[in-house]
Formats: sequence, structure tokens, C-alpha cells
Amino acid sequence: MNAPLLEVEDLCVDRGGLRVLDRVTFALHPGETLGVVGPSGSGKSTLARAVLRLLEPSAGRVRFRGRDLLALGEADLRPMRREMQIVLQDPATSLDPRMTVLSILAEPITVHRLARSEDVERRATELLRRVELGPEILHRHPHQLSGGQAQRVALARALAPSPALLIADEAFSAVDVSLQAQMANLLYGLRGSSSMACLFISHDLRFAAVLCERIAVLSRGAIVEIGEAATLVRSPRHEATRALVAAARASEVQGR
Amino acid sequence: MAWDFDTHLRTGKQATVLRVRDLTVRIQTAEALVLPVDRVSFDLEHGEALGLIGESGSGKTTVALSLLRLLPPGASVSGRVELAGEDLLASDPARVRRVRGRRIAMVFHDPLAALNPVLTIGTQIAEAVRAHQPLDRRQARAATLELLRSVGLADADAARYPHQLSGGMRQRALIAMALGCQPEILVADEPTSALDPVVQAGILALLRRVREERGLSLLLATHDLGVAAGLCGRIAVLYAGRIVECGETAAVLARPRHPYTLGLLQSLPPPLGSAGGLPLRPIAGQPRGTRIAAPPLIMSPTRSDGCRFLGRCPRAREDCAKEEPELAEMDGGQVACFHPVEAP
Repeated sequence: MNAPLLEVEDLCVDRGGLRVLDRVTFALHPGETLGVVGPSGSGKSTLARAVLRLLEPSAGRVRFRGRDLLALGEADLRPMRREMQIVLQDPATSLDPRMTVLSILAEPITVHRLARSEDVERRATELLRRVELGPEILHRHPHQLSGGQAQRVALARALAPSPALLIADEAFSAVDVSLQAQMANLLYGLRGSSSMACLFISHDLRFAAVLCERIAVLSRGAIVEIGEAATLVRSPRHEATRALVAAARASEVQGR
Repeated sequence: MAWDFDTHLRTGKQATVLRVRDLTVRIQTAEALVLPVDRVSFDLEHGEALGLIGESGSGKTTVALSLLRLLPPGASVSGRVELAGEDLLASDPARVRRVRGRRIAMVFHDPLAALNPVLTIGTQIAEAVRAHQPLDRRQARAATLELLRSVGLADADAARYPHQLSGGMRQRALIAMALGCQPEILVADEPTSALDPVVQAGILALLRRVREERGLSLLLATHDLGVAAGLCGRIAVLYAGRIVECGETAAVLARPRHPYTLGLLQSLPPPLGSAGGLPLRPIAGQPRGTRIAAPPLIMSPTRSDGCRFLGRCPRAREDCAKEEPELAEMDGGQVACFHPVEAP
């Protein structure tokens, strides 16, 4: 097996005297999708932010391509950040309302010097095509997009620097069922067409079960169970996993 | 004495508590005239749970709000909303105020926004109780504690403020407050969509229990077919302000006839543990003219534009562009489609 892309080891985060992330350990390989599933407040988003070093962990290690991110200074961190991208839950707050789609997509392209200025629009159009959007929205502002379009633009922006790791933090919890399915298909397609690894964070076990090879269940800041998705769903061992499975089954529609 | 067959047959089916006819909401924006709700009609029977299914912008929240005349002044509402024969849309505001809360109570999807942040839960529930029942402080306090227990909260929670409660507990407090008015009808607008699935299951069980225990009629607006399937005996599917399919939940979900209902079902992730699953077969595109603005608005087409599902419908044919299909009886339910999905 090839070397892991991301290794998280005994990662701890403290907030206001509380341990919100408790010795979290896992590895993620290139091309792999790992689900991080847990109830609200279990530390899922904290984990995403700590991995990206958007907040300072109090203990532990995060290694990306073998380099310890927590030991790097801001200048050394920047080129690594290009390879690690995140899509957040709510596109209404993660997209700048004053920018057009073109400038939203152009930003990472120019910041990371990914294309010459005359090629930026072509690159942006290409990115939109990857998320199944047409070039007609290039000159629109976020408020002129539907929720589903806006979330695709957020995904396209994350894909701009061709990241090795994509973190989807409840990336489609806020959209409608038909758009959730479209996003799930998109992520599924992207996975098949690149070696990008994905950390799929969700409170909904149903999508994690179909999108991820492995699932880690987070409860009160700690991973209480981690394993192959099909096995974990079929025979959950920890109480928290069983609760997630029961909740997912309760929301299934009979006769489908 | 003549045997009244009709009455006898209907004893299982109770009286209609709420009759909605041709409910239409018009909002004039700077750009266009918007009809978030367009000629919506349904009956809510005594003790039943009816699900209003729809995605963002389908008009389900607008329907819920217009029943209680809670829409902003810019919206003009027409049609009829009959509560025990009285048209609430034609009643004077003072009269509607007496109905609101007392006879029809509402639970909103964001309890943090619906609760007062500077008052304790207990104070807020007692306030609701006393607004509708002639109780003194001590009696109201006792009623409050009983309500808290009935929704699965502890006596000690009465002294806590909304920010000290979890999302699920806040929603329970909001349900307690709604029940405090002893309403006949509970309107719940996405009561669980802000909650994680485990907490959501608890709230749904609570809603099911209070409905059964109190004989409440429940109107549940949700985008989640799973939520509706677990709670509602009947569902009405809303698309762009119109009911496109309506019927017994089990029948509609087992044999959806409208292509939109079928699309919604096919968008759901597969049952846990089933092999494969992806890619799913979601409905392509999005409703015409939806906006990201909260709440999303749909520029509803006029009737000459044909079926409003036209651009996204895999079954659309030429005639669908000419005229909008009306709801028509089909297999015990109602469907608005010229080319419905064939029954298997």
C-alpha cells in the first residue's frame, strides 16, 4: 500500500477548559474517502479545522505527505494549504456576496499562480464544467445563484488548485434532497477521475455509507469506532454508531 | 330508523378540522409578481397528520404562515382557510389572534430564533399557558412543569435560558409551549431539519406521541420524505407553489405517479447496507427562477407556460408546454400530470 497522504495522531483540541477533540488518530491514503460521522457537537468541524490548522491543536500531530503541519511556520504552510481544500456547509456565507463567480474562481487561480491572466477565464469555465455548471453563470453574483449552484461554485473553487485532499464539512446538509443527490454524484464522479483523497464530514450516515470506503464515528470528541463502511453499517459495535444506524434506518422510506 | 350507510361508513374517518381552498399568495417584488403559493387546496382531518412535502422555495412555509395570517404585509393572500366553517382569511385580525396559538399552534424550524433569549424556558412556557387559560401563577407553574415532563425535559430545565439548551431540547421546549395553548391543530414547519438524525428521531417520536395522546391534528411541512413517511398518514407534494400529488403516504411512496415525486424518491440515498447505490438518479436542474436569498423565491409561471415541472421532467411531451395540468383523481389519490408514471 502506498504511503498515507494524511496522518493524524493523538490530536487534541481544548476550548475554554474543555477537551473538544480527544486523541484522534487516523490515516488517509491518496484516492481514499474517509467518512467522519457523528452527532452535532461531537467535534467533526473542529477536526476539519485542526487538520487544516485553522485552529491550534493543544497536542498531537498532523502529517501531510510525511511533514508535520503543526511544526511548520505560516510561510511553509502556505504551499501545503493549496493541496488541502475545504467546502463548508453554507454557500450563502462561504461565498463573498460582492464577487462574481468568475472572480471567486479566479482568486485561487491567481493566488497560487495556476494560470496566466489571459487563461483565467478559460480555467474558471473548465472548473465550472467539472461541477456540471455552464459558463453563463460566470458573471453572476452569489445571490443570483440557487443554493445548489452556489454550493457547486464553492466546490469548484476548492477544486481550483487541484488539491490532494478535499474536506467536505457537511457540504450538502443544507441543500434539498434532489441537490444532495446531485452533489453526492458529483463527489462520486470526482473521486473516480482523480487521486484526490476526501474527508467526508457529515451527521448523516446514509451518504457516508455510499460515498466512503471507511467511516470513523466521532462521539464527544473521540473516535469511538472506525472501520470499513459496509461492515460498520451492518454490525455497529459502539453505542454511538448504533444510534446513528438506527436514526438512518428510521428516516428510510419503505417501499423504495 | 333508516340505517345511514354513509354516516356508518365514515365513523372511522373524522370530521375535517381545516379546509383550505385555492390558497394563493402574491408578492410583488421589484422584478416580478411572485406566486409562492398558487391555488393550493387540502383538507386536514381531525386527528390526522398531513405532510406538506416540498423543497426550498416550494411554498410549504408560506402555506403554513398564511394559515395563521403571519405573512408580511407585502404579501396578498386569497382563497379560503376554513376552521370549523369560519374563513380565517376573511376574519378580522382580533379574531385571528384568538385562533392563533389557542386553536392552531405553530412550531418553527429554528427554535433559537423562536425563543426569547433573555427569558427562561419556564417563564416563556408559563406565559403561553396564561395567555390562553385563566390560571394564576402557581397553577401556570404547575402546568409548565407538566408540559416540560410531557416533552421529555426535566423540571430543572424550566430555570434555564435557551442558549443553555441543545438544539433538540430547544425544539422540545418550543413544542411544550405550543402544547401549552391546548391547540386543536399543530402546524410544524421543518421541526427537525436543523437537528442531527439522532436528535431528529427523538423529536419525531415526541410529535407522534403528543398527536396520539391529545388527538391533535398535525400539519407537517418538510422536505424530508423519510420524516413524512414516519409521521404522516397522508402527504401532499408541493412543487413551485402547486400541489402536484396527494394521497395516502404508503401508496404515494410505493407507487408515485407524478414524475417529481418519483424524482424525489430516487434522490434519496439507498437503504443502509445495500450494495452499490451511487450514482443516484436525482431530478436534473432546479426550479425555474429560484434564488439563494432566504427564503428562496420561485417566479411562478402563468398557466399558459404549461406544466411548471416541464424543464426538469424526463416524461415531458409537447402538450405539457401548452397547458398546466390540474389535480385529478388517480388510484385513490390526486395527481397533476398529463403523463403520469405508470403503475407497476
